[in-house]
Amino acid sequence: MSSIIHGAGAATALSTFNPVDSKKLTNLSVRSQRYIVAGSEASKKKSFGSALTVRHSQKLIPNAVATKEADTSTSTGHELLLFEALQEGLEEEMDRDANVCVMGEDVGHYGGSYKVTKGLADKFGDLRVLDTPICENAFTGMAIGAAMTGLRPVIEGMNMGFLLLAFNQISNNCGMLHYTSGGQFTIPVVIRGPGGVGRQLGAEHSQRLESYFQSIPGIQMVACSTPYNAKGLMKAAIRSENPVILFEHVLLYNLKEKIPDEDYICNLEEAEMVRPGEHITILTYSRMRYHVMQAAKTLVNKGYDPEVIDIRSLKPFDLHTIGNSVKKTHRVLIVEECMRTGGIGASLTAAINENFHDYLDAPVMCLSSQDVPTPYAGTLEEWTVVQPAQIVTAVEQLCQ
Amino acid sequence: MALSRLSSRSNGIARPFSAAFNRFISTDTTPITIETSLPFTAHLCDPPSRSVESSSQELLDFFRTMALMRRMEIAADSLYKAKLIRGFCHLYDGQEAVAIGMEAAITKKDAIITAYRDHCIFLGRGGSLHEVFSELMGRQAGCSKGKGGSMHFYKKDSSFYGGHGIVGAQVPLGCGVAFAQKYNKEEAVTFALYGDGAANQGQLFEALNISALWDLPAILVCENNHYGMGTAEWRAAKSPSYYKRGDYVPGLKVDGMDAFAVKQACKFAKDHALEKGPIILEMDTYRYHGHSMSDPGSTYRTRDEISGVRQERDPIERIKKLVLSHDLATEKELKDMEKEIRKEVDDAIAKAKDCPMPEPSELFTNVYVKGFGTESFGPDRKEVKAALP
Repeated sequence: MSSIIHGAGAATALSTFNPVDSKKLTNLSVRSQRYIVAGSEASKKKSFGSALTVRHSQKLIPNAVATKEADTSTSTGHELLLFEALQEGLEEEMDRDANVCVMGEDVGHYGGSYKVTKGLADKFGDLRVLDTPICENAFTGMAIGAAMTGLRPVIEGMNMGFLLLAFNQISNNCGMLHYTSGGQFTIPVVIRGPGGVGRQLGAEHSQRLESYFQSIPGIQMVACSTPYNAKGLMKAAIRSENPVILFEHVLLYNLKEKIPDEDYICNLEEAEMVRPGEHITILTYSRMRYHVMQAAKTLVNKGYDPEVIDIRSLKPFDLHTIGNSVKKTHRVLIVEECMRTGGIGASLTAAINENFHDYLDAPVMCLSSQDVPTPYAGTLEEWTVVQPAQIVTAVEQLCQ
Repeated sequence: MALSRLSSRSNGIARPFSAAFNRFISTDTTPITIETSLPFTAHLCDPPSRSVESSSQELLDFFRTMALMRRMEIAADSLYKAKLIRGFCHLYDGQEAVAIGMEAAITKKDAIITAYRDHCIFLGRGGSLHEVFSELMGRQAGCSKGKGGSMHFYKKDSSFYGGHGIVGAQVPLGCGVAFAQKYNKEEAVTFALYGDGAANQGQLFEALNISALWDLPAILVCENNHYGMGTAEWRAAKSPSYYKRGDYVPGLKVDGMDAFAVKQACKFAKDHALEKGPIILEMDTYRYHGHSMSDPGSTYRTRDEISGVRQERDPIERIKKLVLSHDLATEKELKDMEKEIRKEVDDAIAKAKDCPMPEPSELFTNVYVKGFGTESFGPDRKEVKAALP
């Protein structure tokens, strides 16, 4: 079951897993102390044919809410907020490749509704940072048409929910053109935007679209959760020849972290080990990572040792990392912000059950948001998503 | 010349395109001026003149290619009835003048994108009969390796962007191609074709708005064959003047059954788009077949109407009359040309029938571009297991 190959290029795919494995060996020795190991900063650099560098910094954030950093790395980096990290990634890619352009509502002169594209219009001009009228269907289609000729547009949905209007373009054209044309056309677009629950935005502005898009063949989906992986995933997505949907979260834009100065990307198909552990595997992504880490503090105090993995890649799942974790802990809890019905957790549960059934000591449990439209009232909104207390209860239940 | 005639009569092997002409005028480019049948109707622009510059070679080219297209579509009809072509098959016979006239006015750097009625446009863009029939029958040698089908013909090297099943979705794509052309500063335009049924899609107006705003070299061409599947245009559109629908965008209404009118209009549109931005062309055309092979085509219109159009406005007949009146070929020679074309099509079909179906592993290729791997299983979890490269 661990023969699943993924990663950029078969040759490099195998080599990218070595650091993870070696990390596990070093972690074993310290795990008895219930420690969180911060990995080495100057980790291996692998160069692909196209001179990309992949950095496997195993820097772990011990706190659920990243206000304080236990940064044990010695290299210089710079501190910034998540939206600035996205902007940096976008800017660097636009500098690097003249074919990259940004399309979206208010991305240009206004600077982007969440300031991700701030300053780019002044630097690159109106032809590369395009303010579109409000017509998601058409400008997504236009970006896909431009991508067919070789441009690399980055499409911003002001809020992910608006991209539902472009569903036809994303599903039929973006995902399928490479296949139906027999490989003649590639669609190297990046579709990104904020989604998720928080800030009391109401039902229509709190959509989580990963569950709707996950069946579309031909696209890849990633969700960022820290400034480090936000920048890395943004850059990797832009460089990828496949259409990638990058899910951001409205509440995470102001997270602060120190990121390396050097050029780096994150592997699009790889999951991130947030906290290695022994007792249970908790799989999560995006904002729920922070709820899980908060619950992890409580769990550690209660004597549990959860292994927390930020799956990052929503399509395809990094079954290699997940599988290795399941084989070790034998218990899985999935914590996600998607709806219960037909969500990412549902697919992940099915995938784990199919592939790792023999290694499970307990049924896979999945904590998701309630199947309701997100209400406006603050207290109600809090209860639509999974809270740390529920995660603690679930872990206790599974580890009985 | 006599020798070439002998050789052409004695061996009836399908010969390449240019060698089919056995008259000395095959390389003659003496200009001929032809008047279009109807004047152009313009909206917010000055219509081009009715006199079209052409040459004898072009006239014969038109005849030959349109006859080839017509024969190809009729052959596809029989193949569909013989269940060799499955799914949906939308035939273009009757509308050949649009494909031909457009091709004559532009280069291969200009892009064309259309909906599912794409066989003849693909041919016009340089596709071969073999690729067409192989793709229709789902064989490996098809232009999309058998994975696209009738509605998904593409030819990247001639800037033909397909081939799309969802009505209207190709127009924003086409405007995107035009955007890329402007971005890369190529002096080229994009023709985004759609039908009178698709003209009521909202995304058209969205794309038109952006194109006009950003001055994109996009030309929206409405192939108005007066029926959106079974719904006549007067039942679907409050304003059937599709060329006026652009409001602030200029438009031109063209007789779509007259290849020279189409050529003139497309040339005019290309010049306009490169200078001033988008323009809409409405081609007044007609399809003889139903919407697709599943549609008899007679429940919503009378057979008299169809035969009436065929008698009075058929594009191939018009070119044939012009050829004969300009004394470029005799009736007999044209008939021989048609016989040759028929043979060519039959040969292509036979060759395509011999082609193999795609390998089972092809199910998983081209889902993603290289650099991605996963495991996929066949339905019984045993047979086809692909580790994608």
